[in-house]
Amino acid sequence: MRRLLFVVPALVFVAIAGFLAIGLTRDPSTLPSALLDRPAPDFALPPLPGRDDAGFARADLGGGPMLVNFFASWCVPCRIEHPIINRLAEAGVTVHGINYKDKPEDALAWLAELGDPFARVGRDQDGRVGIDWGVYGVPETYVIDADGTIVHKHVGPLQPRDLERTILPLLESLKR
Amino acid sequence: MSRRLVLAFLLALAMALPVHAALTSDELLQDPVLEARARAIGKELRCLVCQNQSIDDSDADLARDLRHLVRERLLAGDSDAEIREFMVERYGEFVLLKPPVTMGTLLLWGGPFVVLAIGGALIVLSLRRRRAASTTALTPDEESRLAELLDEGTGRP
Repeated sequence: MRRLLFVVPALVFVAIAGFLAIGLTRDPSTLPSALLDRPAPDFALPPLPGRDDAGFARADLGGGPMLVNFFASWCVPCRIEHPIINRLAEAGVTVHGINYKDKPEDALAWLAELGDPFARVGRDQDGRVGIDWGVYGVPETYVIDADGTIVHKHVGPLQPRDLERTILPLLESLKR
Repeated sequence: MSRRLVLAFLLALAMALPVHAALTSDELLQDPVLEARARAIGKELRCLVCQNQSIDDSDADLARDLRHLVRERLLAGDSDAEIREFMVERYGEFVLLKPPVTMGTLLLWGGPFVVLAIGGALIVLSLRRRRAASTTALTPDEESRLAELLDEGTGRP
């Protein structure tokens, strides 16, 4: 009984320390998407004036794996991420863009400067479509499968290791 | 000196008061009943950008958009529960500052009571043991020593 009095607190301590140690390895600023494995929400966005597409809508999703990237010219991490999006597009990945709460002329200038990797770009002026997708900060990138289902969400700028470890293998597995 | 301390304490206390909500006057609804509901809902929704503030307290852009959305849904006739559901569908249960009681959150809600029960049980056990220990009879040696001490006590004027 007396020994138990020392063993039990020690065990409780170890259990709590274990949970906290696991907690330390997780990034609290990255939230899982509530929309994972659910069909992408319905939307129809107008184009950036001067870009030769008719905007971007829910009907454009599906038919093959693709990425949807939320970006804005005022967003610094987007600028860092952009070369990677360009690289993906060059490698033949379909990437659509949603220009989040931006001025169209700023967005066009930004794309002219950094390159335009997007198949289609929709203009989400008031951020309403972003809310439907569960966006809480740009950049965010979603992987969509051939049925138009959201299978992965990446919060923050994509980095080379994200491509190698997650995005590219996922796209590859979706092709089959 | 002590008055100064009291003043400093009061000042610190005043700073600890909740800061004013981040709402601006042009956001408010005309109808005070709807506005009160909007405030109540807003206080329970987490600002996803700052995470430990409600959307009512946050100055973040997204928080303002969500406050607008709450008011828009209210005007459209949605119930409070429908609006919360709307947010959960998009942002997950994390958006609720007060998580609902489900199987997954049972430990979270019940944990403090379990700890309280364990602590209470331990206190009762140790009290009982202490009482049992205090009623054991004195040994003959202790008996005589006690008598000695008592005699000493009465021996003095």
